[in-house]
Amino acid sequence: MTVTTPQIVLVGVLALLGVGLYGLLVIRNLIQIVVALQVAAKAAILALVVAGELSGQINLGQSLAATVIVADTIVAVVGLALAVQVRKRLGTLDVEALSTLKG
Amino acid sequence: MLYMLLVAGAIACAIQAVRAKRLFLSALWLAGLSALTAVILYAVGAREVAVIELSVGAGLVTVLFVFAIGVAGEEALHARAIVPKPLAWALIIASSALLGWMFLPSLNGEAPSAESTFASALWQERGLDVLVQIVLIFAGVLGVLGLLAEARAPAENRAMAKAPLTPAEAGAAPSPSPVRATPEEVHA
Repeated sequence: MTVTTPQIVLVGVLALLGVGLYGLLVIRNLIQIVVALQVAAKAAILALVVAGELSGQINLGQSLAATVIVADTIVAVVGLALAVQVRKRLGTLDVEALSTLKG
Repeated sequence: MLYMLLVAGAIACAIQAVRAKRLFLSALWLAGLSALTAVILYAVGAREVAVIELSVGAGLVTVLFVFAIGVAGEEALHARAIVPKPLAWALIIASSALLGWMFLPSLNGEAPSAESTFASALWQERGLDVLVQIVLIFAGVLGVLGLLAEARAPAENRAMAKAPLTPAEAGAAPSPSPVRATPEEVHA
């Protein structure tokens, strides 16, 4: 059984998505949560391009991946701005400190 | 073999970016992951997106991370994770297995040959996406303003504190909110 290039890249996509999800679930530092989100977004970019290559429409996959890159960058910018403001106002980057609404 | 090395390097960079205790190291590992992702994209044949990923992902985003970490400061959190780690692993394995079960059988299909150029795909077929990107870029500009407000606010406060007061206020007791004098009032 020969392993093809899309199979290798898709295994990498699954692994990157797993690492990103693990970071989102476990990490408490706000800036590192943005890092984990970026890792998951890299997996989405790779998956879009490989899906485009498999369907014979790699340029369509590229245009969708470019949109994801822009959205991912904006999410990083806004997330980092929020983290900086949270650090300024609350003095910590812990997400637990954000839960000020107690039931 | 080349693809295996690239993908293994990308996975290692991702694990180190999530596991790193120092935020600067985490940002640098993320930059390495972006660079390796760009190389994989180039090798697959997506050259335009590879260039965008290299310049934006490994360049701009890394600079933003370093700037934000410099403003916010390092903070290593050693507290217990919100979600228990066994539960997190179970969720990840389940979602990866589900995705693999959905993806991998579709790899043997024949690829249709209805190809268009990257420019026509981006500007004509996905024109709405470009409009959404413009809106997102405006949101990003607002985000950068929020990021820079941290560094700008103290400088503005210092400038306000150094501004001259009116002669009446100079001899009076300090008030909680002093009114600044215009240059004409000061010279008069």
